[in-house]
Amino acid sequence: MSSGTIIFIALVLAVTVLGFLAARWGSAKLNSLDEWALGGRRFGTIVSWFLLGGDLYTAYTFIAVPALAFGAGALAFFAVPYTTIAYPLIFLIMSRFWTIAKRRGYVTTADFVHDRFGSRALELAVAITGVVAVMPYIALQLVGMQAVLEKAGIASTNASALLFLVIAFVLLAAYTFTSGLRAPAMIAFVKDTLIYVTVIVALAIIPAKLGGWAHIFDAAQAALAAKPKPGSIILGPNLYFAYSTLAFGSALALFIYPHSVTSVLSAKSAQVIRRNCALLPLYSLLLTFIALLGYCALAAHINVGKDANTVIPQLFAQFFPNWFAGVGFAAIVIGALVPAAIMAIGAANLFASNILQSFRARQARPSSEFNTARFIALLVLAGGFSIAVFVRPQFAINFQLLGGAWILQIFPAVVLGLYTRWFHPGALFAGWLAGMGAATWMALDSHFATFYPLHVGGTVLAGANMFYAFIVNIIVTAVLTLVLGALKTNAGTDFTTAADYA
Amino acid sequence: MSKRFYYWLLVVPFVATLVPPFYARREPSLFGFPFFYWYQILWIVLAAIIVWVIYLATREATNE
Repeated sequence: MSSGTIIFIALVLAVTVLGFLAARWGSAKLNSLDEWALGGRRFGTIVSWFLLGGDLYTAYTFIAVPALAFGAGALAFFAVPYTTIAYPLIFLIMSRFWTIAKRRGYVTTADFVHDRFGSRALELAVAITGVVAVMPYIALQLVGMQAVLEKAGIASTNASALLFLVIAFVLLAAYTFTSGLRAPAMIAFVKDTLIYVTVIVALAIIPAKLGGWAHIFDAAQAALAAKPKPGSIILGPNLYFAYSTLAFGSALALFIYPHSVTSVLSAKSAQVIRRNCALLPLYSLLLTFIALLGYCALAAHINVGKDANTVIPQLFAQFFPNWFAGVGFAAIVIGALVPAAIMAIGAANLFASNILQSFRARQARPSSEFNTARFIALLVLAGGFSIAVFVRPQFAINFQLLGGAWILQIFPAVVLGLYTRWFHPGALFAGWLAGMGAATWMALDSHFATFYPLHVGGTVLAGANMFYAFIVNIIVTAVLTLVLGALKTNAGTDFTTAADYA
Repeated sequence: MSKRFYYWLLVVPFVATLVPPFYARREPSLFGFPFFYWYQILWIVLAAIIVWVIYLATREATNE
């Protein structure tokens, strides 16, 4: 074994131990959903910073964004405005959501929707969308891990890579089961420290070896222009609308994913979330520079063959000394475990609290769902694992892209619902259905492209699929609210009061 | 100034970053970075500062 492999295995084992130890973190007993799924809602600014950072910026992001920069150029940098504007939104919206969730005992967005709109159908719609959107996301974390294992020399064959994945996943499932959200919260410290160290070292070494940034941008431009489908380092006018609609849609979708909600609710106060909205952008800087490593790979003439996702692992293997490449690979693999655990917990909460029973039934028997949720988390992880291993990676990628468009369709009920009760629950349900249908239809019609070429009066406007579907949703919801209001249909009971939001 | 005024500041990063014709250009470059890149990187920092200012300005009002 090389020194890099030994360091890699040692780091992965160390976080596994941490994951199990996390069960003893804090004084509380792990015997309720609040304790297991939300760490008792007690995390302060620093723990939340690591947890949210480790959760929102997944290992797959760190693999896929530079891969997109390597393959397509400027378009990949939609991730920069996306993660810039997400924080003003989270600052306003999620601190409000935290407040009412704490007061009314919500663990999921679907809890709120049931309480606010008194509609079981809408609660189910929100819960099922969350579960379905997050499953392929878990699978993609594994795809990210596979990309590392293949290129890192840790697993020389497919069989040994699979064996490693199975072991890592069984351990992940075991400590998620025993420690709940405390496990990823504790592991996130290690993960994020490793990622920051890796990227800082990469930025200190690689650009200098490649002749500086000015040269890297020139070389990337030349390499992109020479591709069969030519790209550019400067966004072309034909991509302006696609770029901004994708950034905007992604920002709206980011924080209503079940794993984001789970991390947000684990904070000990709304102030912790607000403060972190000014501190988390450090991760956006990190992501931008990781994306730029994609250009470094172009300048270094790295050949990725068929799998663009191996860009970053290959770059590390080429430029780092062997032992330090082990650190970088461990950072990515551990970086996949943290969000995978939180995603499984988030999906399990939806299942236990909103799908198997309604929020109101759960409130009546508050301790009944805790064990259910723990077992469902195992099933969710097994599901994500199956998608990653038994289905082509491209399927997981397509499914995850579509999942992003789907999750955005719960925005009107969850987020607009935080500010107004004007919308009719029946209209919100119909809008959700229309948005889901539109997103799915556009995806199938465009062979799972991120963008859909909309024909408007003779011109073609390529915008993000998720954005167009969202517009359809909003229009249907608004129009039907007016219609159902005029017909004076039953608008459901609102169990929340104005004081709950303040 | 009122709390409402500060919340309106949150709109600024959207206008600055969601209109690519503003910044999809190569010059002026800075430390070898084309404008397209350093402008967007700069806005990560500026948006964080705006959020921090609003956090400080509205902190007492939320009373926690």
